Amino acid sequence: MIKYIFFATALCIVSPALADRPILLVQSTTSTQNSGLYDYLLPIASVALDLDIRVVAVGTGQALSNAERCDGDLLITHARAREEAFVEAGFGAARYDLMYNDFVLIGPASDPAGAKTATSIAEALARIAVTNAIFVSRGDDSGTHVKELSLWDGIADVAAASGHWYRETGSGMGATLNIAIGMGGYTLTDRATWLAFENTGTHEILHEGDPALFNQYGIIPVSAAHCPTVNSEAAEALTAWLLSSGQAHIAAYQLGGAQLFFPNTE
Amino acid sequence: MPTLADSFMTALGLISSADPDLLEIVGLSLRVSLTAVLIATLVGLPLGAGLAVFRFRGRGALVVLVNALMGLPPVVVGLMVYLVFSASGPLGVFGLLYTPTAMIIAQSILVAPIITALTRSTISDLLGEYDDTLRVLGANRWDVVGTLLWDARFSLATALLAGLGRALAEVGAVMLVGGNIDHVTRVMTTAIALETSRGALPMALGLGMILLALTLILNAVVIALRSRLEAYAHG
Repeated sequence: MIKYIFFATALCIVSPALADRPILLVQSTTSTQNSGLYDYLLPIASVALDLDIRVVAVGTGQALSNAERCDGDLLITHARAREEAFVEAGFGAARYDLMYNDFVLIGPASDPAGAKTATSIAEALARIAVTNAIFVSRGDDSGTHVKELSLWDGIADVAAASGHWYRETGSGMGATLNIAIGMGGYTLTDRATWLAFENTGTHEILHEGDPALFNQYGIIPVSAAHCPTVNSEAAEALTAWLLSSGQAHIAAYQLGGAQLFFPNTE
Repeated sequence: MPTLADSFMTALGLISSADPDLLEIVGLSLRVSLTAVLIATLVGLPLGAGLAVFRFRGRGALVVLVNALMGLPPVVVGLMVYLVFSASGPLGVFGLLYTPTAMIIAQSILVAPIITALTRSTISDLLGEYDDTLRVLGANRWDVVGTLLWDARFSLATALLAGLGRALAEVGAVMLVGGNIDHVTRVMTTAIALETSRGALPMALGLGMILLALTLILNAVVIALRSRLEAYAHG
């Protein structure tokens, strides 16, 4: 009896090898998953390259640190300075521009701070700070958080306001949007996540189009010199595909009639 | 805000169409959590009974420790298992990170203290009742462990159900060590977290209802089985 229990347990633990295709593990930002881009794009890439592509979608900060620990073959993130530092440190083989979209400021339609009539994102944020309107921050070292902090620079000391009108969730974009909507607060989000987001309540885009809100996505194969276990061949193959024939597929992905990502490799 | 009716209809739609993605996710949830409970049971039953029956130095402290470990935060266990199985961790060579195996290991660690502590408590109560009788019969301590575990087998079903509840409900550990990879490590709770982050609240709550129903069915099956066996044993 005991023998059979052990046998059954062992059977359950050992995963059946389902696919013999090479596995490629992508450490990624969340917006590309939440917006449905991967659901559209990766099946096409899997067939074209005969790869088993697996995505772990976390914030850019966590994706970079997971990859630094060699838990991933390829990175798709959106914090250029961090990405360049990652390659500089020898963790990444190279960094390429993949695509872009933009960040938008969202908030309640009633817009208590008057952000909608601001002529720049700097002015919109300044109005939020002056009126002490609630601003909900990712606070999680993600690409969006890094961008948001750079926008506050010289406008308000958000660290000092943290816990008052400035609320750090330490969570992903989706969780932060849910919280911002629940609190009636403002927040910065990438446009793709916002357009794909269903629980929008009465919140809407209040400021957009400022060049400072540009959102560049980068792609980095993890360095084989730093991580000998990495599947470089597959990582290089998907990178090459995304930077060539994949670009047209990225451009073709739409949600509600809107294009979410704009390919812009050199 | 999604109404309960929206979510209920979403759940019904998924079930009635036998949505293949849903079946896959439910199947993986069951496989991971049931295996974890099985492993935790193999460890927890003898350990818990041993703690109740044997007298040794430090036993009291060990009992407090096991009881406290019932409150292990899943996210902490997830982080520890992640660091151990990370490619740059001590057991990284096995390549288990982001696989169901890593999820089973994490959940086993979460569930084992629950089963151990509840077994100890159950056996301890029984021992108070039968200790003298067993002594008179000349049973040694190992016999006592075996006899009491057998005698308490029906009550111990509750300990297993408590462990199963914990395993099926937790999200913190499986998210970190599994990575919520579509078709590979996505289970009910991580799918619910993903749908919530997409703002797809009716879908998230619908999945939650299915998970609750699943837990309800599993409990009903165990209880029914238990009373069947109990009637048979005493009849």
